Amino acid sequence: MKILVPVKRVVDYNVKVRVKTDGSGIETAGVKMSMNPFDEIAVEEAVRLKEKGVATEIVAISMGVAQCAETIRTALAMGADRGILVETDVELQPLAVAKLLKAIADAEQPGMIILGKQAIDDDMSATGQMLAALLGWSQGTFASKLAVEGETLVVTREVDGGLETVELKLPSIVTTDLRLNEPRYASLPNIMKARKKPIDNKKPADYGVDPAPRLTTIKVEEPPKRKAGVKVGSVAELVSKLKTEAKVI
Amino acid sequence: MTALVLLEFDDSGIKQPSRSAVAAATALGDVHALVAGVNLSAASAAAAKLPGVSKVLVAESAALDHAMAEQTAALLVALAPAYSHILAATTAVGKNVLPRAAALLDVQPISDIAAVIDADTFVRPIYAGNGMATVKSSDSKKVITVRAASFDPVAAEGGSASVETVTPGDMPAISKFVSAELSKSERPELTAARIVISGGRGMQNGNNFSLLDPIADKLGAAVGASRAAVDAGFVPNEFQVGQTGKIVAPELYIAVGISGAIQHLAGMKDSKVIVAINKDEEAPIFQVADYGLVADLFTALPELAAELERS
Repeated sequence: MKILVPVKRVVDYNVKVRVKTDGSGIETAGVKMSMNPFDEIAVEEAVRLKEKGVATEIVAISMGVAQCAETIRTALAMGADRGILVETDVELQPLAVAKLLKAIADAEQPGMIILGKQAIDDDMSATGQMLAALLGWSQGTFASKLAVEGETLVVTREVDGGLETVELKLPSIVTTDLRLNEPRYASLPNIMKARKKPIDNKKPADYGVDPAPRLTTIKVEEPPKRKAGVKVGSVAELVSKLKTEAKVI
Repeated sequence: MTALVLLEFDDSGIKQPSRSAVAAATALGDVHALVAGVNLSAASAAAAKLPGVSKVLVAESAALDHAMAEQTAALLVALAPAYSHILAATTAVGKNVLPRAAALLDVQPISDIAAVIDADTFVRPIYAGNGMATVKSSDSKKVITVRAASFDPVAAEGGSASVETVTPGDMPAISKFVSAELSKSERPELTAARIVISGGRGMQNGNNFSLLDPIADKLGAAVGASRAAVDAGFVPNEFQVGQTGKIVAPELYIAVGISGAIQHLAGMKDSKVIVAINKDEEAPIFQVADYGLVADLFTALPELAAELERS
């Protein structure tokens, strides 16, 4: 089966982000950008399914500014076969992304689409579920294990109290949680090879989708800062302070 | 304006995160609550007692058991015409179901709100809580998940809502619940606990997490972990506190052997009192801790257990 893997270009997870002084958003100028970590897990899972002979082709998709092509190249270097870039300067929110992905899925007819469970910039955790809804497909979110058994996908999900296993009728949407796998590093030869893999350049209009955001950001503020407190010298002093000063035990 | 809140429940009643979602909904207008699944008499009675809820909708169907997303979202969409806002707590269930319902309604969901400004405008954390974004929705209907730690839950008792049965329509038959493997614990749930004690990479291995047990038992605390500890395989993922795990805001949070990465702070920095125990006095966790103890956790934890036992 063919697998689609959408990958998002986000501020690198190691960067200490700052709110812009005018309150309009987060400072991203001159900041290191990388593939969303959960999307790396998604690419890795697709590549493993191909290595097992379950997947036949992996298409990596990214949307946004022209530099998203670099994020697709990273996926190609990890083992994806080709890419689709949907280029736009409009701020894309999950609903618009899901509509664009639906249009791509209608054209590509994949058996599975694997996405990260959440992007570490907007922390929405919504795109996979929304795409499943628009396609009318089953969804296995927050997956820590998956197995294809004929026409069925068995997904173990990370839920609040532990693990849950569901059986899904394929085609399906999967969103990845941390423990699904450990993504590989692309080797130098594979990075070189990835340069020759094709990336299709598209625009939202090619899919007849209006990408206009439904949420307007009015302002972004720094969260209230906590002040560092005091250092205590011993466990006894700690317990005494928690009792008499903080009164929490 | 009427808001509909999807409730989660167990044998002991309506779960605390759902009661926080009700609290957020009361800021928007009249509140109806939905319980879905099987054997709902206890859950619907508990829901009817929530202060602020005027009506409880009861949708009994085997297809709705275990809050499966495909079916529960279809139910929400069927009920949606009567409501201006549809809410649930930001839990594994809320995150799974609500975006699916939102897409079917052609609505951009508003995830994990921390404050209600007005019927269209909400505050939500972005970038692991490093920014608080005020966002205004242009959708005619709002689909919202609620950060439970940011809203004091409504009480479990005190209300007297009417109860109405709703008949679920056709449900998509594309997914099936197989099994759940839930951690059995006498301890409170992480997101509902008054006190949380968490271990990090400094615990060195999974067995050492047992050093937290006597302290958690004594304090009636829930046990959590940093992502580093989960990644290292010390404990299962349901222990994880942080941007990609659970968000907690207990009265007391004790961080043991946790350096204080941004993604961990995102999950606990709204705690009322924070205690950090770490042998590295430069660890960033000390910058947010009310009480810091620079010590080797392997000596400090047994001492703490003994000290609590004594008092």
